[in-house]
Amino acid sequence: MLKRNIPSVTAVAALLIIWQSVCSTGLIPSYMLPSPIEVMHAFVSEFPLLLENSAITLQEAFIGLILGVSIGFFAAVLMDSFNVLYKAFYPLLIITQTIPSVAVAPLLVLWFGYEMTPKIVLIIISTFFPVTVGLLDGFRSADKDAIGLLRSMGAKRTQIFRYIKFPSALPQLFSGLRIAAAYSVVGAVISEWLGGFGGLGVYMTRVKKAFAFDKMFAVIFLISAISLALMALVGFAEKKCMPYRNTDKKGENT
Amino acid sequence: MKKLEVKNVSKSFDGNPVLKDISIELKRGELVCLLGVSGGGKTTLFNIISGLLTPDRGQVLLDGKDITDQPGHISYMLQKDLLLPYRTIEDNAALPLLLKGVKKKEARLQVSPMFSQFGLEGTQKKYPSQLSGGMRQRAALLRTYMFSKDVALLDEPFSALDTITKSSMHKWYLNVMQQIQLSTLFITHDIDEAILISDRIYLLSGSPGEIKGEIIIKEPKPRRDDFNLTAEFLEYKRKILTLL
Ligand SMILES: Nc1ncnc2c1ncn2[C@@H]1O[C@H](COP(=O)(O)OP(=O)(O)OP(=O)(O)O)[C@@H](O)[C@H]1O
Ligand SMILES: [Mg+2]
Repeated sequence: MLKRNIPSVTAVAALLIIWQSVCSTGLIPSYMLPSPIEVMHAFVSEFPLLLENSAITLQEAFIGLILGVSIGFFAAVLMDSFNVLYKAFYPLLIITQTIPSVAVAPLLVLWFGYEMTPKIVLIIISTFFPVTVGLLDGFRSADKDAIGLLRSMGAKRTQIFRYIKFPSALPQLFSGLRIAAAYSVVGAVISEWLGGFGGLGVYMTRVKKAFAFDKMFAVIFLISAISLALMALVGFAEKKCMPYRNTDKKGENT
Repeated sequence: MKKLEVKNVSKSFDGNPVLKDISIELKRGELVCLLGVSGGGKTTLFNIISGLLTPDRGQVLLDGKDITDQPGHISYMLQKDLLLPYRTIEDNAALPLLLKGVKKKEARLQVSPMFSQFGLEGTQKKYPSQLSGGMRQRAALLRTYMFSKDVALLDEPFSALDTITKSSMHKWYLNVMQQIQLSTLFITHDIDEAILISDRIYLLSGSPGEIKGEIIIKEPKPRRDDFNLTAEFLEYKRKILTLL
């Protein structure tokens, strides 16, 4: 585990050192590109504020993610159960996925104002697609013969779903969830940017107006750290839900 | 007494006839084998009998009642083992019980004594990917057994086993059949296996599948250990080879 990470850790460390030396030599003025140490300082001094704003952003991200995933799940189940719905909405799903959420966000602000609603709606819109599409493809990938086996044992539709279709879709569900988790944080920040009373996006617009580049970098790193943490959480849940995946290699010698 | 009866069943896929006017029957407690070339429609016939496929023509009767198109009446072991990769072996074996609404704990309790009989001790908590082909096949057979209907369809149930394991599974299976009054229809490519354990053998020709002949194995059961070395055995084998 540790050994595997050595190259990437080295690369990051090297990058930081180069960055620091470029700044120390004065090649780039520090008001434009603050050094990593300055960014660290900004992070520490702004920590209470960052924490306060992260709480707001995370709250929006979680609510939006939970709603988006639930809606995505129900949409996928419905579309899988009724072929008409699948035929009608699948192409639509793919088309709407090509609309960038940044383009919709200002509209949502106009419709829903500066409170939490437009943020949550944007997150729902952007997280619902990867989950629905992932699940639908997963349901369709279920082994036809395995479904036949359960039918031969007199299984009901709900049982076929529970024992075959849903577990078959788990890998795709988790890939969808990982994307959705990343989108949820970005979605929250973007819609806060466009108008709001709190959150990391609002904090960003404030420090931007003050040309506080060090704080800007601090918040950028924080956002990416939060996204990474959420994705790691999904990865952890994935391992817990699919223990059989970890045994494949060990199984060879039995 | 007729346990299972297939009457004049025909089936084609996209205009290609696969089964033509098949009529076979299975008496209570009988073990009947379906022998035929690959692609001859044997699995298709099993899918029809189990109610997974609708025949173009014909009927399937169980105890005289029409069960055409009705799954759930017959234990069916499909050609692929189809163990669910995300469930442990014990939960795979317990699947028929779970589907009937038995609680998970209770279902595991019911399957656990069967593991040694199927030569699967110690595999309860393993996943299918950790088992050998032969073990997977036995696990699939155990799952079929747990469905516990009195007619079983087995599609090449022992094909992945070595000769020694195969012959001990044969003994065990014949014994179980007698104990629980099970009637079995099974598919094999192995002519020796068919003669060794069947009461009767149907020969199925290919494209479209038709019943070419029926061979009754008169040797009493349980069969002597050296039956496969006798002149009668070879005589049956010769007859089958000329008919196929
Ligand atoms: N669902 C299907 N759609 C179209 N054709 C099919 C379908 N199922 C089977 N067939 C065709 O029907 C024929 C018989 O197939 P089947 O699986 O019943 O053969 P089999 O006797 O079981 O062969 P094997 O011994 O190799 O298992 C094959 O030519 C196959 O391609
Ligand atoms: Mg077959």
